[in-house]
Amino acid sequence: MDYLLAFLVGGSLCALGQTLYDRTRLTMGHVMVIFVVLGAVLTALGLYEPLIRIGGAGATIPVSNFGFVLTRGAIMHLEQMGLFGLLNGIFSQAGAAVAAAIILGFLMGLLFHPKG
Amino acid sequence: MRAIHAKHRVGRRSLVFPGRPSVLSTFTVAGPMEGQGPLGRAFDTVIPDTFYGERCWEQTESKMLREAIVHCIQAAGAAESDVDVLFTGDLLAQCIAGSYAARDLAVPHFGLYSACASFAEGLIAASAFLEGGFAAHAVVAVSSHHDAAERQFRFPTELGVQRPPTAQWTATLAAAVMLGYPGSPFAGGAGRVRITGATLGEVIDVGVKDPYDMGTAMAPAAVDTLATHFKDFGVPPSYYDVIVTGDLGAVGQRIAADLLESKGLAVKDRFQDCGLLLYDRARQDVHAGGSGAACSAGVFCAHFYRGMMNGSWRRILFAPTGALHSPVSSKQGEAIPAICHAVALEAV
Amino acid sequence: MSSKVPDDAKSRYARDAARYRPRPPYLRNFLAAFFVGGAICAAGQVLHSAFVAQGLDDVEAGARMAAALIAVGALLTGLGVYDSLGRFAGAGSAIPISGFANSIVAPAMEFAREGYVLGMAAQMFVVAGPVIVYGVLAAFLSAAVRYLVLGTGG
Repeated sequence: MDYLLAFLVGGSLCALGQTLYDRTRLTMGHVMVIFVVLGAVLTALGLYEPLIRIGGAGATIPVSNFGFVLTRGAIMHLEQMGLFGLLNGIFSQAGAAVAAAIILGFLMGLLFHPKG
Repeated sequence: MRAIHAKHRVGRRSLVFPGRPSVLSTFTVAGPMEGQGPLGRAFDTVIPDTFYGERCWEQTESKMLREAIVHCIQAAGAAESDVDVLFTGDLLAQCIAGSYAARDLAVPHFGLYSACASFAEGLIAASAFLEGGFAAHAVVAVSSHHDAAERQFRFPTELGVQRPPTAQWTATLAAAVMLGYPGSPFAGGAGRVRITGATLGEVIDVGVKDPYDMGTAMAPAAVDTLATHFKDFGVPPSYYDVIVTGDLGAVGQRIAADLLESKGLAVKDRFQDCGLLLYDRARQDVHAGGSGAACSAGVFCAHFYRGMMNGSWRRILFAPTGALHSPVSSKQGEAIPAICHAVALEAV
Repeated sequence: MSSKVPDDAKSRYARDAARYRPRPPYLRNFLAAFFVGGAICAAGQVLHSAFVAQGLDDVEAGARMAAALIAVGALLTGLGVYDSLGRFAGAGSAIPISGFANSIVAPAMEFAREGYVLGMAAQMFVVAGPVIVYGVLAAFLSAAVRYLVLGTGG
């Protein structure tokens, strides 16, 4: 059941992104930015966590989840240490993904050449 | 006292070349995908992979262009020292494909830019040099490389992007032609395809901003130049056996055809487009068709020039089109200016 | 200086030309994005469950699952597969976190030829940069607004 829900929620988010891409003149970069911003706003409204409870990986794998982890980090640190936590917390939970992408990006750039 | 009257000018924007410069030789170097297209067997060389032994695609493009030039000169039986001027055109920023191709050639060089209309610009400039007595032999060569263009104009090549159906595919090709006169020692059996006239393009901007829809942006420029050509020379479209645009692609070509017909110019029975001839769109994933500076040049050399030589066509009006935007202008929200130069050719 | 092609002619042309523009295959693209995106997420859920079964808590399992998908996306980009997947699936492979990895690895590979500092490193975030910039801005603003509206105990 978890797998099916992940499939449905994740698939729907991607299909929504595709619709935005096909029906407007936005590039995929714009669509990704919209997803991240939406993820952040929904998190502050308290709506993204319920989506994760339903969809599991279907909600944590799409790029909107990046907005969620940035915002959740900011909110949690804000609660613990006040206003400075707002800055301190933003990358508190998103660091692993960014670090992994940078390290792997560097490695792949060393190892492979584009084939076109 | 110099003549202040431009005696070879007709109408507002057209030129006649009374000496009728000839195509003495051609040479094409095609990419692997172009080699698998409908014209694959007609190219002189098909490179085995997109790098062709080079470290990066920009240098591959230069190498293809250099080989096209060198082999074109050889095909005429000439030497570099016989070439009085070389015109090159390409899409890379600051036209580096042409400059790097020419750095190993002992030939005076002009670099041109009219995007995918550069080949026509070169043919016209070379013809004017010949007719003015400033050159006995000129080479016009252009190139484009799909991957080099992608990384410059669009996205990194390994990025997983989906292209809209109006997008066109930049051709990996280089093509060169050598021009001279039939009396030239290098004319050999060639020299039967003559350049009789030309119509110069104006830059036309109709406000299309989508760089994935260049056919729509360029169609009005093609219509403007073609309509001006028929007016300046006082001939109907049926004077030509084929009227061929550069790379309007499936979308732009239909727009241009309808616009010309609506002006009372019946072109549809003889209207072709190099972007639609280079690939098999049913089999090759190129969306609206081919583009790139060498698309029209390669199709001209491999298809139309050969067809004129073997008698399939006598008169051709060849009208490459160019989209003159840059990645910077597009991001700044500017529309795409376009140009089309037309060259009239005749087989004798 | 008035323009050679007047504005009304431009808008008329835009309207006329729109009729010639082929539409993207909406349904095919929608389904491809849905199934590929859904499949990536379902595979992620399988990984997540496997990590939980090994005794990791939910947050840690989620982080490892994300790292695993980033690694797979990076490797498929290196092998030259992810661009073909993207051409087929569109948002279905761009929106998942493996697509985020693709958007960083692809320029890193592409611009390595212009050098490791001014090429690869400088260009690495040419696509993903905006996602991070607007993600941080949106997180900062939404967390701040939430704080102003709800106070700390939100």
